[in-house]
Amino acid sequence: MEKRITTPLTLEKTKDLHCGDNVLISGVIYTGRDAAHKRLCELLAEGKELPIDVTDAIIYYVGPAPAQPGQVIGSAGPTTSYRMDAYAPDLLNIGLKGMIGKGKRNEAVVNAMKENGAVYFGAIGGAGALLAKCIKKAEVVAYEDLGAEAIRRLEVEDLPAVVIIDSEGNNLYEQGRAEYLSMEK
Amino acid sequence: MREIKATDITKIVRDLCIDANCHLPGDVKEAITTCRACEPFPIAQTVLGKIEENFQIADTDNVPICQDTGLACVFLEIGQDVHIDGNLKDAVNEGVRQGYVEGFLRKSCVKDPIDRVNTGDNTPAVLYIDLVPGDQVKITVAPKGFGSENMSQIKMLKPSDGLQGVKDFIVKVVEEAGPNPCPPIVVGVGIGGTFDKAAYLAKKALMRPVDERSENPFYAELEKEMLEKVNALGIGPQGFGGKTTALAVNIETLPTHIAGLPCAVNINCHVTRHKSAVL
Repeated sequence: MEKRITTPLTLEKTKDLHCGDNVLISGVIYTGRDAAHKRLCELLAEGKELPIDVTDAIIYYVGPAPAQPGQVIGSAGPTTSYRMDAYAPDLLNIGLKGMIGKGKRNEAVVNAMKENGAVYFGAIGGAGALLAKCIKKAEVVAYEDLGAEAIRRLEVEDLPAVVIIDSEGNNLYEQGRAEYLSMEK
Repeated sequence: MREIKATDITKIVRDLCIDANCHLPGDVKEAITTCRACEPFPIAQTVLGKIEENFQIADTDNVPICQDTGLACVFLEIGQDVHIDGNLKDAVNEGVRQGYVEGFLRKSCVKDPIDRVNTGDNTPAVLYIDLVPGDQVKITVAPKGFGSENMSQIKMLKPSDGLQGVKDFIVKVVEEAGPNPCPPIVVGVGIGGTFDKAAYLAKKALMRPVDERSENPFYAELEKEMLEKVNALGIGPQGFGGKTTALAVNIETLPTHIAGLPCAVNINCHVTRHKSAVL
């Protein structure tokens, strides 16, 4: 059974999401990966305003392939999240509520998620062609010079994801593996 | 001496870049389908189903299977009776440029590892050239995504570490990688040679079809044993738990020094892409 969620992702909504939940995400989300995160955090360190409002927002860690003629966007699956671990706590501390990626997060990120009531979603890594079909509109809103790494504003409809780490710090990577191994015993 | 025009190589590299990125090899597709049928864990079955749906969409729509269309790894096996008319490296890079620009593939190459400015056309290729007997040229394009490349490791084991050391290292690398390299993965292992050759062998091992075991019976058995061992970790597709952590373990070896036992493990995601052509 899938839970439908729509952005903005308020605290009320994140409290209702639990590790292992299948979700379909709709609304506006932003893309950002290595280079964009570095720039955002440099702006924060300098006390300057960010080019996007991250309050109750979701950032999707993705660098899409270019759109072919007639496409909204090219293939757009998640990139590995740990490379954003150095930056994520700063964004969570100013209101970011959701991150979509794949792979492990470090303790600092999980702690910042718990403190701020945020959720980490996993989309299926390597399923870029499938996930692109859920993106209905895409426009670059910052750092166009970064190409695939620019920040895009996406309008998504029923983007499939799984809650990997919930706002209480429960982790599907630990629980799912343990559950499978105990089933096999 | 057979003459081959460099421009002919450009055209083939261009087409292989697009083909490899949009159409998963048949052996990998079949392995995913087979594993789905044998997978006892429900969430793992669901994930493998989505992965199948994804490569089918890529096939039908001619779009990249994954947005990370990789660094362009190009393997050339050049017959020693061939003369290439023109600059070979320029010809390959021009093929990569045309393939990635005209094929709407993502440009993921930065010119300098520290400065990190994108080259804009995914060049230069990572080129591997081997001289072989004959008068043909075999070209393989293997776009390599870095989610899995980043989870690869190399270890200069001691001879006293022996077979057990090699087994332990392979399992350790897969376990530490966990969900990060987009499992189910393909595990390329290079044993022997020098520090750099072991890594090259591990990369080369990923070019072998996942349903083809080593020609050496000892290593063919070791491949099967290691596949069972890594699948017993329970990491599963995407790391959500399950039996299908890896589709195959492919091992390549070389003679090495009396003092050494280099072992490299190169991990590839379920989008293990490579396409070849012979000129």
